[in-house]
Amino acid sequence: MKRPLVAAALAALVAGCGGDDPRAGDRPRLTVSAATSLTTAFESYGSRFAPATARFNFAGSDELAAQIRQGVKPDLYAAANTKLPDQLFEEGLVEEPVRFAGNRLVIAVPAGAQKISGLADLGRDGVQLAIGAEGVPVGDYAREVVGRLPPARGRAVLANVRSEEPDVGGVVGKLTQGAADAGFLYVTDVKAAEGQVKAIELPRDLQPSVEYGVAVVKGAEEAPAAREFVEGLLDGVGREAMRDAGFEPPPGR
Amino acid sequence: MTARRLFPIALVASLGVALLFLTLPLLAIFLESSPAELLASLDEPGALDALGLSLKTTGVALAVIVALGTPAAWLLATRRFRGHALAVTLVELPLVVPPAVAGIGLLAAVGPQGLLGPALEEAGLELVFQTTGVVVALIFVASPFYVRQAQATFAALDPELLAASRTLGASEARTFARVAVPNALPGLVAGGALAWGRALGEFGATLVFAGSLRGVTQTAPLAIYERFSSDFTAALALSAVLVAASGAILLGVKLAMGPGALGGAGARG
Repeated sequence: MKRPLVAAALAALVAGCGGDDPRAGDRPRLTVSAATSLTTAFESYGSRFAPATARFNFAGSDELAAQIRQGVKPDLYAAANTKLPDQLFEEGLVEEPVRFAGNRLVIAVPAGAQKISGLADLGRDGVQLAIGAEGVPVGDYAREVVGRLPPARGRAVLANVRSEEPDVGGVVGKLTQGAADAGFLYVTDVKAAEGQVKAIELPRDLQPSVEYGVAVVKGAEEAPAAREFVEGLLDGVGREAMRDAGFEPPPGR
Repeated sequence: MTARRLFPIALVASLGVALLFLTLPLLAIFLESSPAELLASLDEPGALDALGLSLKTTGVALAVIVALGTPAAWLLATRRFRGHALAVTLVELPLVVPPAVAGIGLLAAVGPQGLLGPALEEAGLELVFQTTGVVVALIFVASPFYVRQAQATFAALDPELLAASRTLGASEARTFARVAVPNALPGLVAGGALAWGRALGEFGATLVFAGSLRGVTQTAPLAIYERFSSDFTAALALSAVLVAASGAILLGVKLAMGPGALGGAGARG
């Protein structure tokens, strides 16, 4: 279904935020829509990315995908899963996605807290959980983990969910404020929170395969710079920045 | 000569641009999908939960705002004391504070690790992740709209009317309840409507402070945000309901209170 009015409004919004300033020099401006969990790594990479001035729009991967479906055209789309870029590719909205990083889901708890020491505690009475909403990759991975538990235990965990957050930032905030006792985050989010939250590793057999996909948006104004950005992510400054932020290479690479 | 002709044209043109800009996004919500589609996507439990929760939380918030705000506004309108200007400014402050900041401020004040967190926990009062927390966030962001309007309305009452009431032996409490409030009613209702409208649209403070869970803390604006990424038509449908409700509130007040209800009292303030 076409929704030209909304698309136009969203496009105007994005263009307005861009404020194409001709005095900004000859460097192209690369607009990247990226999953919130990529914030630290991409900002570090962006500041060292020579071919263009990179500007980032960080939000839940699903929200960014919805914007692209409504006609918003960033140059690049990087998601915390491969499902969303693959879907956009099938819909003809982006070029073929590339897997560029892996991550690990962990149980995250406030730094000083003692209440939770493992998965077994998440379903106990009185425990308050904040997890990603359905459709946000971090929320879907969390549900995948819970789905692998025995049904009764899984239901107990889900019954303790007190908030479904739109992205990892929401979960981190609820934990650092001590509002929630625990949540599911990526190990890189815990690292980025600089000591305010603590990670508890998941048992190996419950660990979901967390893979990040990136794709150049069809019709991107800065497609060449976008492709260079992807190349750097696979092998170069970007990959270094990803490693420094705690990301793993994509599985099988 | 030409300048004299140009000015009215410029006035009309700027009003035209302003009207187009202000109405197009709201119109688009209704034009992007057929009414049948919109109605169909409202018919899911999540959407109705969110609307019901919005109605409930804004209703409770409005009741608290009116109960506390009316006497407070009366005091601000009828007394001059040290720190009066400061008090008025403090009451208005939430108007200009970004909603997400309001949410963070509420967490810092009454969150589990906030200033009053331990005291609230001892009292067994939980706010974060609770419907009560949503109400608290709504009261914080919406009450200035009511108090400001109520204060302006009280200040604009005919002083002779109030003096007459006192001369006839009525206490101040009686004067307030029997003379001031009934005479200020149109302005108070208008202020209540503004506060209600603001509360109905509240998003940032609620998400940051109370969280988002269907049936508990996920009000209509939060449900719209969640649906934006999963089901755009459903997001449009809920948006349409909110636009219609907000428009109806505004129109109802204008019709019931006469043309001066919102503009007039505000201008006097």
